[in-house]
This record gives sequence, C-alpha cells and structure tokens, in this order.
Amino acid sequence: MFKYIKQLTSFVAMVAVLFAFSTEAMAKKSKTLKNTQKKGFVRCGVSQGLPGFSNADASGNWTGVDVDVCRAVAAATLGDANKVKFTPLSAKERFTALTSGEIDILSRNTTWTLSRDADIGLTFVGVNFYDGQGFMVRKNSGITSVNQFKNGISACTNIGTTTELNMRDFFNSRGISYEPVAFEKADEVVAAYDSGRCDTYTTDKSGLAAQRTKMQNPDEHIVLPETISKEPLGPVVRQGDSVWEDIVRWSLNVMIEAEEYGITSANADSMKNSENPAIKRLVGAEGELGAAFGLDNEWSLRIIKQVGNYGESYKRNIADTGILPDRGPNQLWTKGGILYVPPAR
Amino acid sequence: MNAKIRKIIPQILTLAVVALIFGFFTINAQTNMENRGIEFGYGFLTQESSFDVQFSLIEYDGSHSYARAYLVGLLNTLLVAFIGIIISTVLGVVIGIARLSPNYLIERTAAFYVEFFRNIPLLLQIFFWYFAALRALPLPQDADAILGVFFLTIKGLFVPRFVWENLDIFFYSILAAFISIIVIKNYAKKLQENEGKQLPVLSISFGLFIILPLITFLIGGVSLSFEIPVIKQLSTTSFVYEGGLGIPPELIALTLALALYTATFIAECVRAGIQGVSKGQKEAAASIGLTPNQVLKLVIMPQALRIIIPPTTNQYLNLTKNSSLAAAIAYPDLVLVFAGTALMQTGRAIEIVSITMFTYLSISLSISILMNWYNKRIAITEK
Repeated sequence: MFKYIKQLTSFVAMVAVLFAFSTEAMAKKSKTLKNTQKKGFVRCGVSQGLPGFSNADASGNWTGVDVDVCRAVAAATLGDANKVKFTPLSAKERFTALTSGEIDILSRNTTWTLSRDADIGLTFVGVNFYDGQGFMVRKNSGITSVNQFKNGISACTNIGTTTELNMRDFFNSRGISYEPVAFEKADEVVAAYDSGRCDTYTTDKSGLAAQRTKMQNPDEHIVLPETISKEPLGPVVRQGDSVWEDIVRWSLNVMIEAEEYGITSANADSMKNSENPAIKRLVGAEGELGAAFGLDNEWSLRIIKQVGNYGESYKRNIADTGILPDRGPNQLWTKGGILYVPPAR
Repeated sequence: MNAKIRKIIPQILTLAVVALIFGFFTINAQTNMENRGIEFGYGFLTQESSFDVQFSLIEYDGSHSYARAYLVGLLNTLLVAFIGIIISTVLGVVIGIARLSPNYLIERTAAFYVEFFRNIPLLLQIFFWYFAALRALPLPQDADAILGVFFLTIKGLFVPRFVWENLDIFFYSILAAFISIIVIKNYAKKLQENEGKQLPVLSISFGLFIILPLITFLIGGVSLSFEIPVIKQLSTTSFVYEGGLGIPPELIALTLALALYTATFIAECVRAGIQGVSKGQKEAAASIGLTPNQVLKLVIMPQALRIIIPPTTNQYLNLTKNSSLAAAIAYPDLVLVFAGTALMQTGRAIEIVSITMFTYLSISLSISILMNWYNKRIAITEK
C-alpha cells in the first residue's frame, strides 16, 4: 500500500514539474504581466506632483512624460492606456514601494545610478529625460552664476535624492561652506525657499523649471546656467522579472522610435501601408514583435495611437506648458539631441 | 496533573503561533530579498556617507561614516526630547496649578490653553510654528538686535557664543558648590531633627551656587567673553549672520510645538494629582500652623507626585516619539537623517528601519526606567 502511494506521489510530482517547465517554455509570460492582466490595471509609482512629469489635475487625472510611460505600458499590455493606477510617492518611499511589490513600475523622475541599479534590487530600463542638477536663486539677489556663491549660503532641497550628494560634491570641491536644509516633500522645499529660508533651491533643472511655476511670483526667480551633474531620469522595475523589464523598456523605446520615423497618434493607422519595413514593424503590420513578450502584434500600434510618440508627449506635457520649451538634449539623435534607441526589430 | 497540562497547552500554542508568524515573515523577507538580489548586512555602516547634515552636535560631514550620521541623528533627537521635556514640564506644572487657581481669569486662561493646544493635531501645530509663525520673522538684514546681541531671523536665532578660558576650574567650582549644598542640606536636616531649628537652605544653596563660581572669575583665572554674531552679505539681497551660535528655525519650531502640545497633557496630570489629595489633608496641615507654602511643599506635593509621575512618564515618552515628526520641517533628527537620507542612499530598508526602531525602543525604555525609579523613590514606604 505504502509503496503505491510513494510511486503515485513521485509521478504526480514529476508531471507537475514537467507541466511547470512546459508552460514556462510555451508562453513566455512574466509573472508581473500575468498579475497585471488579472488585475486589469498597471500599478505605477509617480511623484507627488511635478508639473510636466507627473502631476494630477483637480479631478485626479495624471499627466506628464513619466505618466505617459506607464500609460504606454497599459496600452501595450491591457489595450487601454487609461488602465493605470497611479500611486504618488515621496523620494524616500519610492524604492521601497517598488521592491516590496506595491507598484510594478516606478516612473518618477528617478536618476539612474550604478548603486541604485546594482545594489538595491532595481533595474533601470532606459532614459526618458536627460537632465542635470542646477540652482535657482532670486532674481534680485544679483547672482547670475554659481561662481558668485559665498560661504554661509543656505540651500533647500529634498532628502533621499542624488541632489543631496551632488550638492555636497559641488560645494566641497569649491571649498564653500553651506547649510543644507533638506525636506521630505517637494512642496515644503518650495514653500521654504519661497519664503526666504534659503538663498538657493537646488534639484534637477527640469524640476526647478517645473516648481518655479508653483512659486508665488515665478518671474522673481531664475535658474542659473550651470549644470553640476548628469541626471538621466528613467523608469525603474523590480529585479527578477526580465520579461516585464523588456516590456517597459520597449514601450518607451517604441515611443521614441515612432517619433524618429514620423509616426504619430494621428497617422499611425495609415502607416500600416507604408513602404518602409521598419515603420510596418512598429505599427504591427509586419513581423511578430509582440510575441517575444507574450503580447499580441498590435501592442506598439496601441501605444502610438493612445499615448503618441515621444515628441507628442514632450510637446503636450513639457513644451506647451511652458516648463522647458527647448528640448535640449532630449531631442532625437537625428536632430542634434542624444535620444537614440536600439531598433525595434 | 491534568490541570497542569491544561494550563500549559494554551501557553505552548500561543508560543507556537508567535514563532510561526515571526518565522513566516522572516522567511518571506529572506526569499523576496534573495529573489531580487538584495543582500542583508550591516556592513554599510562603516561606509562613507557622502551627504551633509544641516545641524549637528558633534563634528560631522559627508566624509564620515553612516554610523556617525546615525549618531548625529540620535543626538539631535535626544536634544529635542531633552529641551522639550524640560520646557513642557515647567509649563505643564504652571498651567496645571493655574487651572486650580481661585482667580477666575487665570483659571479660564489656563483652561483655554489646555483645550486649544490639546485638540489640534501635533503635525499641524509643527507646520504652524514653522511655516506661519517663523516665516513671519524678518530676513537677516531687517532683524533688530534683541538686547544688542540676539538676532531672531527667518534663518534662525543667532546668539553670542561663549568663549571660555580655564573652563575646567569653573566646572570644579560648580562641583564644589553642589557638594557643599548637599552637606548643608544634611546638616540642616539634623539640626531640625535634634534642635527643631530651621535653616534657610534654599537661599544658602542659591548663594553658594552663585558665589563659588563667581570667585573663580575673580581669582581663579576663569574668564568669559562673547563672540557676537555679525551680519554678512552673500549677494545683493541675501544676508546671513556669521560668528556666534546659530540655532536653526527648524529646531525652534519643533521644540516649541512639542513643548506646547505636551505641556497641556502634563498640566492635566498635575491638576489631577493635586485634586487627588483630599481636602482634609490641606486643612489638617493648615490647622497645625504650616504656612501655605509649607502645606504645598510638605503635605500636598509629596502625595500628589505619586499620582502625577506615572501618567507624566507617558507624556515624556510621547514627546520623544513625536519628535520624529521633525522630518516634515527638515530638522535633521534620527528619522530624517538615518531612516530618511541614509536609507535612501543605501537602500538598506530592513537594516535601517530595524536599527531605528530599536533605538526608539531603547530611548523610551530608558526614560521609563528612570521615571519608575523616581516613582519608587517617592512612593509610600510601608514600615
């Protein structure tokens, strides 16, 4: 009797193992993708309000270039760009929320650094905004360059950001003593700087430009021309789900490549008849690109149709809102910028 | 035998459940961390922190280790707790006694104070003192000198710094003053027990406390000078004070909010304690000819303290724990520096949060032990 039970269990176990392997091999589906499709929405971590990047309006609609990355993933995986649940996170909370599984994508103007990528269970999938740290001062202070900073200057910033580290490197290398005043929330940094607690406000230049719009009198402040660091900002995912990582990476890449080939939300459908095979692949008229992620073939078409290409997203969120009308480095490589993505093929 | 087993079984079951829950969470955390390639360890504490802190009691900058940054945060937390406890106790006792005043105006004012500050959320009060009250302060260049040497500005309170010479001799004189006060106190006690005479111990103590250190100034070579803060121009419109001692507005706002809030609870403890002593005690004490001050000091307070101490201990613990709200207004306490910046820079969430929790637990238990010891000391000793 016992012998049979033993045999039976080992047989069942073997079948189970085989089954597990075969399903793994057949549909190369990511666990995160499966959960996302089961829930019916993409769980996306964003900032607590940074105009142009991720900002909620009065009725709770999120807009911004960071938001558009999550919307693109939703369009690709769920067929509807609006199926995203946004979770506003402070700089301090963001990585814990991602590693603990509270969100599946962190798209929150986050700087890609070695230690973050390698050390704490995160994977950066790309760059959706090339930025650098700068300083904002009051116009009437007469300061026009960081070279005019003197000992005893007080600088407001956020805690838990690369900003804090860059600031130290900057002031240290110049031998200037300074008073760092670091808040947890961006709104409090702005309030403190605006009221005169600090002589300068330092963070990523895009952030400065965006926060300036929140000041009582935006015209009274200027952003100094110097950039003291490299801040490549991009979406982050948890380590350990390489398929999901690929989905997010290529959702972003598709947006950038669509701009390169001149595919917009308006002309995407008609592009199916294009002569160019690269364009046909991007709109799903040729090739089987989606199968690699366990998605259908129209995933990239949906991204372009529902969210638009990178240029459209930039124009809608950052240029037209007056935050940074000039695209600077965030221009396609073909037009003198540094946006260059691997080919989608 | 049966009864014994029946008693033990629930205990074992409880223990097993507790162990299971802990085991589950530990294993869960371990597997998840392993899956995501996160390593567990406290080795990061010796690494260079590479971030600066606004305000520190010990020497610190970014070239020191994370362990040093932890110490900076801890000391800043203890500083706020220490000042907060002192101010809230003094204020609480005064308000508590005022609530029992026969004077209608004093009693109502105290009652209003208690009800007002007790019923507004603490975080809101901290924001109020920081953003509303302190922001109303002048910019450094517009600040008027208070008593010629203090400058209260939006960038903080700038006070003269003491510059000592032969500070050690001064310390010894204070020590000597303390010892002689204890000797005199014992002598006064004996004198009263043996001969019924009373010495004005308090005035003598005060005298000693002032005269002895004063002598060191005159003949001991101790000297004290002040370094007065001087305004310095940073740019056309921004100024700051140099020299002297700068107390950041974040510290002032936090301490103020914590002290004012906690004082209301301590005031209620004090009032309850005094009211808890029956009226007959007071009348009896008065009837044997004690003065009102003596009644309060010798009869009412010793009994009231027994009621006051335990709930007040709670308030001290609350104040210490509430000081972690500092993160909201950029005061670099343990939570902001260590569980904030250090956690973000290293990504060691479990390690850092566990250290921080353990630290707060230790602080709270220490305060608890101290207050329990004091409570025991003043409790009625049955003979």
